[in-house]
Amino acid sequence: MVSLILMGIFTPWLKQVRQQLNFLTVPFYQVTDIPRRIGEWGNSAFSSEKDLRAENERLKIEVLIYQRKQQQMAALAAENVRLRQLLNGKDMLQDRVLIAELIGISPNPLSHIVIINRGSREGVYEGQPVLDAFGLMGQIVEVDENTSRVLLISDSSHAIPVQVNRNGVRAIAEGTGDLNRLSLRHVSINADIREGDILVSSGLGERFPVGYPVAEVEQVVRNSGQAFARVIARPMARLDRSRHVLLVFDTHAQLDDQGSSSLTPESP
Amino acid sequence: MIPHQWTAYLVIIISFVVALLLAVYPLPMGLRWWRPELVLLVSIYWISVFPLSMSLLFLCCIGLYQDLLEGVPLGQHGLSVVIVSYICILSYQRVRNFAVWKEAGWVFVLVGLAQLPGNWVQSMSGRPLAGLYFLAPALTSALIWPFLRMLLDSLNRHYRIT
Repeated sequence: MVSLILMGIFTPWLKQVRQQLNFLTVPFYQVTDIPRRIGEWGNSAFSSEKDLRAENERLKIEVLIYQRKQQQMAALAAENVRLRQLLNGKDMLQDRVLIAELIGISPNPLSHIVIINRGSREGVYEGQPVLDAFGLMGQIVEVDENTSRVLLISDSSHAIPVQVNRNGVRAIAEGTGDLNRLSLRHVSINADIREGDILVSSGLGERFPVGYPVAEVEQVVRNSGQAFARVIARPMARLDRSRHVLLVFDTHAQLDDQGSSSLTPESP
Repeated sequence: MIPHQWTAYLVIIISFVVALLLAVYPLPMGLRWWRPELVLLVSIYWISVFPLSMSLLFLCCIGLYQDLLEGVPLGQHGLSVVIVSYICILSYQRVRNFAVWKEAGWVFVLVGLAQLPGNWVQSMSGRPLAGLYFLAPALTSALIWPFLRMLLDSLNRHYRIT
């Protein structure tokens, strides 16, 4: 039994076995999902006409606002492409996305892993970035036929390369095991990072796409006796509240990933 | 046990399935620490009822299946279930004479013991432990033990298993 545990931790041999056996776990998660489905069905079946009308109005207004932004975006994107061509850079591709739904949370309190209802059948792959409406949530670590597991950015074994949106200072944001805190690793004491700065993914690890918001700097402690500043940031994504998540298909990453199927999440 | 053997098997397996279901039922992130170790409790109960005919191999398989469900390294729960069951089998004669509150205290010790290998495994895979929090499941397990015992006892009587 002990050797089984050690093998599971330090070698990838059991990975295959797990993936083969994972189908056994699916019915359990489907059953535990039933109360939520009933709740959702109740919500949609018993909402009054007045509420629906109000919601409809609100959504129409939101669509209008977003359409205006979209118009601006189109112009900006075109300009961006032109400028990039001037600089001989690659033009940014529009990422393809897939919407998934949360169906479970890992019961292990030490790990921040959630389970979503998309798997290899929909083309989900290991290392794929996962977002919600507010920012980056994490990455896929285990893919099954119909479900997959997402390691959240707040997990203590996860780290993600970021940059400050304001000035491009680069850093690595590590999970702390606390849902509302990330800590930046090895930030020099005179780096220009302030409270309230938005950290976006820098794309340097070639795993996450560039430019998605990750966290907002909450606290910077500069102690002149220490080599590095202590920077605490709060994830933008609602890690414990989002029900619907987006899976981003990054065409480059997908091709690269198939070559090397490394299992470990990005480490600094 | 002989005349109703099949119902006995069925009741035992169903109780384990329900325990496994509750073990993965999604809880809010903050409450996950306080989830009682139901699978362990159910196995402790059935060992106290059938100390000589519960198979350690069966319990080990249940533990492995729980590992698979929870997505932790295979063998983490397998190991702790086997350790605890072995202790239970060694000590069932003494524990049968305990009062309920004393039994709950004993369950606290057992579940706390079962948490240890689990936490070693977790810290080996790089997740540091947050203080004495690992005893939280032991505490909740001990608190619900009297009720679980009552429930399973009534099942036991109803289906005339023993």
